[in-house]
Amino acid sequence: MNKMEPVLRVRDVWKSYGDLEVLKGISFDVMESEVKVVFGPSGSGKSTLLRCINYLDPPDRGDVFLRGVRLGEKDTDINEMRARIGMVFQHFNLFAHLRAIDNVAIGPEKVLGLSKEDARQRAMAALEHVKMADWADHYPAQLSGGQQQRVGIARALAMEPDVILFDEPTSALDPELIGEVLQVMLDLAKEGTTMVVVTHEMGFARAVANEMIFIDGGVVVERGTPEHFFRGADSERVRQFLHKLEELYGKEREELRDVDGE
Amino acid sequence: MQEAPDLMTIVMLIIVNGVPATLQLTFFGLAAGFAIGLVLALMRVYGTKEMQWFATGYENTLRGIPLLVFIYIFVFGVPWVFWFVDAVSRPLFGVFFALGIRSGAYQSQIIRGAILSVGEGQVMAARALGMTAFQTQLYIVLPQAFKIALPSFANEYAVVIKDTSFAYSVGIFEILKVSRSVTAAWPALWVPSMLIVTVTYFVFTYPVTRYFGKKRKIHVSARGG
Ligand SMILES: Nc1ncnc2c1ncn2[C@@H]1O[C@H](COP(=O)(O)OP(=O)(O)O)[C@@H](O)[C@H]1O
Ligand SMILES: [Mg+2]
Repeated sequence: MNKMEPVLRVRDVWKSYGDLEVLKGISFDVMESEVKVVFGPSGSGKSTLLRCINYLDPPDRGDVFLRGVRLGEKDTDINEMRARIGMVFQHFNLFAHLRAIDNVAIGPEKVLGLSKEDARQRAMAALEHVKMADWADHYPAQLSGGQQQRVGIARALAMEPDVILFDEPTSALDPELIGEVLQVMLDLAKEGTTMVVVTHEMGFARAVANEMIFIDGGVVVERGTPEHFFRGADSERVRQFLHKLEELYGKEREELRDVDGE
Repeated sequence: MQEAPDLMTIVMLIIVNGVPATLQLTFFGLAAGFAIGLVLALMRVYGTKEMQWFATGYENTLRGIPLLVFIYIFVFGVPWVFWFVDAVSRPLFGVFFALGIRSGAYQSQIIRGAILSVGEGQVMAARALGMTAFQTQLYIVLPQAFKIALPSFANEYAVVIKDTSFAYSVGIFEILKVSRSVTAAWPALWVPSMLIVTVTYFVFTYPVTRYFGKKRKIHVSARGG
């Protein structure tokens, strides 16, 4: 496989809902094993961007390529492409009637066509990966938010996707549950998982992001390495936003500072 | 004139001659209503504008017209639509059809509400995994929707089984008709016959509504966002 070819290529993506222009020409590439952090004010179009990437909400204009293959092309099977793009949601969106193991196994079995046995094995491995194997037989309602989100990550992992999209995976969690989810994500990043992460966890960004992209009003306002942003962003808007985040969330989280220093 | 039957005989008459038709009509009416309701509900939730318009129109029309009118239409008005069954069975088919198309209007609403309460977050998660729209319904939405709808289905069953008594008016030997033929011959037995009819309906409805109506939705409490 050509290592220089982007895993994901987002080209000039536009999206409107009625008169509301949400995305106005967003472009970026995500390379193999890269972690891209997307951040910006609420309502700036971050979730919409992720939904456009896997065509849950097809862009009005622009293109998305997964390893060089354009999504939305007539002869590309969109379901096959989506199976290769993992997604982790702010509100977990676990299947409420299925046990953790079945939440994770259903994709490999029904979408990838694995045998029940193989799908189960793969699901178990994914649950182990997020340290949820002991909870395999629990229903989502019996799990804490942090545990549910880890199952959500396992569900994406079990598909062995080319890239995983995270939409504010910790912002619906009680503060004391955020750490366990971030830890799992940090581990994934270090193992070389290709990730696009919408988050305001700047500790996470600083620890593993290859590039950060600040979005506001549907456009990329500024992009750069974590060092670039934390040394002082060019744009006043970004500096204000980062300052506000710091006030809201405090400085970096303790548990992440350790990782950061590794 | 024959000797008046004792109570036990009336009970037997009703059970042997009346209950089968009542249950048959109930079962097939509910089943037809379910098929219609499922299609309409899917049209309303996921269909095009035209489909939504059609399904809503169907619901409003069928809920606004008395059942007896439909029964008369299909039994006396257009019995030939059941050309494929022999003439003797046509009234039964007419009633079954009337019950089915009307129950469909109500079951559509039940199923639609249940589908909506599953939450679009889970639908999005299923589609993001690469499931087709059909797989998403089959594995994710409908299993939960039916569990959620169980109490309402039990209620609909109670409505339909009671409405089968309208079949009496077109001469079908269901519970009510059997008892009315008893009371026609022996007017003195009116009160005990009706009592038996009442108890019979009660026996067939109460346990069902009681069991399913009370049944808690166990695993559907986690919101899918
Ligand atoms: N399906 C939709 N229909 C209409 N408006 C939408 C829809 N999804 C998002 N929006 C609007 O688009 C804007 C961006 O939303 P979103 O992508 O969720 O922002 P973010 O994730 O950055 O907070 C918001 O104003 C939101 O109300
Ligand atoms: Mg969002």
